[in-house]
Amino acid sequence: MKEEFRELYRYRELFYTLTCRDIKVRYKQSVMGFLWALLMPTLIVGAGIVVRYGFAFASGKNLENVDIAGVAVKSVPWAFLVSSIRFSCISLTANTTLVTKIYFPKEIFPLAAVGACLFDFAVASGALVILLVILKVGWSIYLLWLPTLLLTMMLLGAGISMIVSAGSLFFRDVKYIVEAVLTFAIFFTPVFYDVRMFGDKGEWLLLNPAAPILEGINDCVVRHQSPNLSWLAYSSFFALITFFLGYAFFKHLEPAFAESV
Amino acid sequence: MDCVYKMFRKGEVFNSLRDLIPALTGRMFNRQDLSSTDQREFWALEDLSFEVKRGEAFGIIGHNGAGKSTALKILSRIMKPTRGGIQVNGRLSALIEVTAGFHQDFTGRENIFLHGAILGMSKREIRSKLDQIVAFSGLEEFIDTPVKRYSSGMYARLGFSVAAHVNPDVLIVDEVLSVGDYVFQRKCVERMRDVIRSGAAVVFVSHNLKNITEFCDSCLLLERGKAVKTGPAQDVISTYMNRSRNEHLIDDEIPVRISKVTVRNRFGECLRFQSGEKAWVDVELRANSPCSKLSLSIYLLDEQFQCVFDTSSERLGHGNFSLNKGDVYHCSFELDLNLANGIFHPSILIHRYDTQTSYDRWEPAATIHINSEADVRGAVNCFPKVVRQAVQAPGNFNPPGQILAGTKNNAAAQPVQPTTHGRL
Repeated sequence: MKEEFRELYRYRELFYTLTCRDIKVRYKQSVMGFLWALLMPTLIVGAGIVVRYGFAFASGKNLENVDIAGVAVKSVPWAFLVSSIRFSCISLTANTTLVTKIYFPKEIFPLAAVGACLFDFAVASGALVILLVILKVGWSIYLLWLPTLLLTMMLLGAGISMIVSAGSLFFRDVKYIVEAVLTFAIFFTPVFYDVRMFGDKGEWLLLNPAAPILEGINDCVVRHQSPNLSWLAYSSFFALITFFLGYAFFKHLEPAFAESV
Repeated sequence: MDCVYKMFRKGEVFNSLRDLIPALTGRMFNRQDLSSTDQREFWALEDLSFEVKRGEAFGIIGHNGAGKSTALKILSRIMKPTRGGIQVNGRLSALIEVTAGFHQDFTGRENIFLHGAILGMSKREIRSKLDQIVAFSGLEEFIDTPVKRYSSGMYARLGFSVAAHVNPDVLIVDEVLSVGDYVFQRKCVERMRDVIRSGAAVVFVSHNLKNITEFCDSCLLLERGKAVKTGPAQDVISTYMNRSRNEHLIDDEIPVRISKVTVRNRFGECLRFQSGEKAWVDVELRANSPCSKLSLSIYLLDEQFQCVFDTSSERLGHGNFSLNKGDVYHCSFELDLNLANGIFHPSILIHRYDTQTSYDRWEPAATIHINSEADVRGAVNCFPKVVRQAVQAPGNFNPPGQILAGTKNNAAAQPVQPTTHGRL
């Protein structure tokens, strides 16, 4: 695997170029341009606020700034995870000619798709910061946890991306399965709600590896407290395993790509 | 490339889980199904080995489906051999699908960077070669236009221009020199020469035998995945030409059939001629039933199977002829091969002019190789000579006939010898 990573590193320029291509392609010939990067997170945040308003109304409380900030802070990374899986899933099948005609490490395709989504994420995060300032969330030393949390998120996204992209090259129905799972995954993940709301049973929700990450982000950005370290360790472990297993899986199937696509 | 085998499975491919699951369960309960996969196995390459050194060009020829492209795909590591291994020392670049990396919505310039990166060039490298690439493609005016507005020729030219500037240690070329117009094709050939001269090892697959003879020192003939012959390019091409002409179907149903065609020179059967040499084409016909008013047509096709010459025994003033059942008819054509460098296919047609019925056609009946001393291109050789060369300086008029007097080796009367080792 060391040799393969070295080769991947040699092709890093191609990774940048393909990432730029994926970004540019998405915004070429579109009127809104980069504002599109904000559309998806805005929709999710809007939906989240509606849901939270319903919760608050049902329990007879007021909707607080912290709740809105919490929804926003979790929605944006979630949008990144979902879109990176969605785009990488079709990254190999959308580039059939390149897969069958030219040699280079093919994991660059799903990784570049993730990279392009990371760009969207960065744009959306910029808008998010402005929102957090308006909501007077403030900051604390716990923000230092943020890079670790985001890295875990990316590893998880990249790992899943490699698995689904290779899978959908061999079986076209993987794409539909992924679509279906992604559509409903938001209900199984604490994006609109908090795990705390479920009391003791909330632990079950944290088994979803994305959940501790999102809760962790909420903790350190909005609630100014340390994330739950044992659950974060679980997520990081899970993300690392997914990434390396996904990579190994991808590399194992790669030689058969050209003749199976 | 060492003892490479490549197996494909013919027949059904599971492209959807829905197909796979019933097939797998079906296979679990039905053992016979397993053995049937053996019949679907199909060896695209069997025990193929070759070695190409630096500065050498190696050709691979063969009919469609012989396994040429598979060999190249294995060599370029796009596919993995089922058995055997390959070793490539240095940077490998493949001119297989020169526009594969293009994106429709991008401009020519953006695509140069994109495609260059895909071919393994760094950004800095591309930037330093950008002007060269653009100049080579001849698309300066349109370089900032999205490539989706390009014509297909422009598209391919840009692709080739990028790919040709990679500077690889090993270059794989698959039939891409047929890109663009004639002028551009010559440019490509020139560029290939530079690459070989720069010390790269080149593996070249083409149906264009002329290109093969131009570039390659040694050559490999593939037939149904097996190496039939490896050796000097000329020999292998002769073998290929001899084998390909035997494919005429012997059909006893038709009233009259062409049973034998031989091409010979003064001394005997021959497929390699000097331009301007005389050749004889002997044709043998056998009649299965009585036929009348027959005429025998001979025509020459060039490499692209365009007709460059066409005549018939009737048009040559010999009238038509009739045959009875069982008759054997012989006819010899004498041809002056005033043809340019390259490969031509003499072909024969037996037909009846007034009813426009053709009985039998043998195309190509043979493949001949013309070697011309002068560097002439095209279909015909007009045996050119430069007999006068003049430079007229502005305002200084020299009467004709005296211009060459001062130059080194040209007396006005002495024709300039056509150069024998010209560029092409």
